[in-house]
Amino acid sequence: MIVSSALMIWKGLMVITGSESPIVVVLSGSMEPAFHRGDLLFLTNRVEDPIRVGEIVVFRIEGREIPIVHRVLKIHEKQNGNIKFLTKGDNNAVDDRGLYKQGQHWLEKKDVVGRARGFVPYIGIVTILMNDYPKFKYAVLFLLGLFVLVHRE
Amino acid sequence: MNTVLSRANSLFAFSLSVMAALTFGCFITTAFKDRSVPVRLHVSRIMLKNVEDFTGPREKSDLGFINFDITADLENIFDWNVKQLFLYLSAEYSTKNNALNQVVLWDKIVLRGDNPKLLLKDMKTKYFFFDDGNGLKGNRNVTLTLSWNVVPNAGILPLVTGSGHVSVPFPDTYEIMKSY
Repeated sequence: MIVSSALMIWKGLMVITGSESPIVVVLSGSMEPAFHRGDLLFLTNRVEDPIRVGEIVVFRIEGREIPIVHRVLKIHEKQNGNIKFLTKGDNNAVDDRGLYKQGQHWLEKKDVVGRARGFVPYIGIVTILMNDYPKFKYAVLFLLGLFVLVHRE
Repeated sequence: MNTVLSRANSLFAFSLSVMAALTFGCFITTAFKDRSVPVRLHVSRIMLKNVEDFTGPREKSDLGFINFDITADLENIFDWNVKQLFLYLSAEYSTKNNALNQVVLWDKIVLRGDNPKLLLKDMKTKYFFFDDGNGLKGNRNVTLTLSWNVVPNAGILPLVTGSGHVSVPFPDTYEIMKSY
């Protein structure tokens, strides 16, 4: 019951925000001092929202799984709505061209996973701990399983 | 041992709910505030060159140089839920190639506790002002605005534009690059 209601809430959020991952955890320090590792970001990905400079976008580079959360530095938009833009992390000295694919100079709408609209600090640290220390993840799962088995009232 | 565990459990659950309520309180009390203040911008010098874009696609593009002044008092924006302001000065213009271009020329992070009164004179741009093509030459209308991203302790991340902008025309000719 708990699992299915959690799943319904998650899928519902996906539909409302239009993003395939409406909540992400900040994984690197490239946006400090605004966001630190472990902060939680709420995203929307409505197609009608135009991409403008200053916005914080979460994007994926072709061929890489891990999404990156950086700020839009430059946009060039054509009359028909085609847009190409450049990003940079607040805490980085240079723009993201070094991160893009070989020969890629710009990002496009299709690379965007969502735009950061809201923020809660620290909550995502659990996800990072579980990723960095798999032993911790197994310990938590083991304890949860034990608790479910033992607590039968 | 049983009571210690159950006391620890209820203490933990209680502190979690209190923190959640405080966080939500922070968010809801500042969610609808107007974060805009008047800004005075002034451009003191413009220069235009045409060089190979060494920051990206290696085509000859227009490269602009602007010196500017900013006067703004950001004191009223800071409240209990503002962690920092990310200020950015952006230039907006349209060209034959692209209907809309926006380039961030300069940015600054103002943390809560830093001096909120901005009085900057004759600043150079932080980032290279390359156009996607040669659209800056003779461009009548390049508008500079100062905007900021309000980063809260918890809650919404709004982008606010200061009221006050300056539009400048770019020169019709390029400055010759001197090589020795």
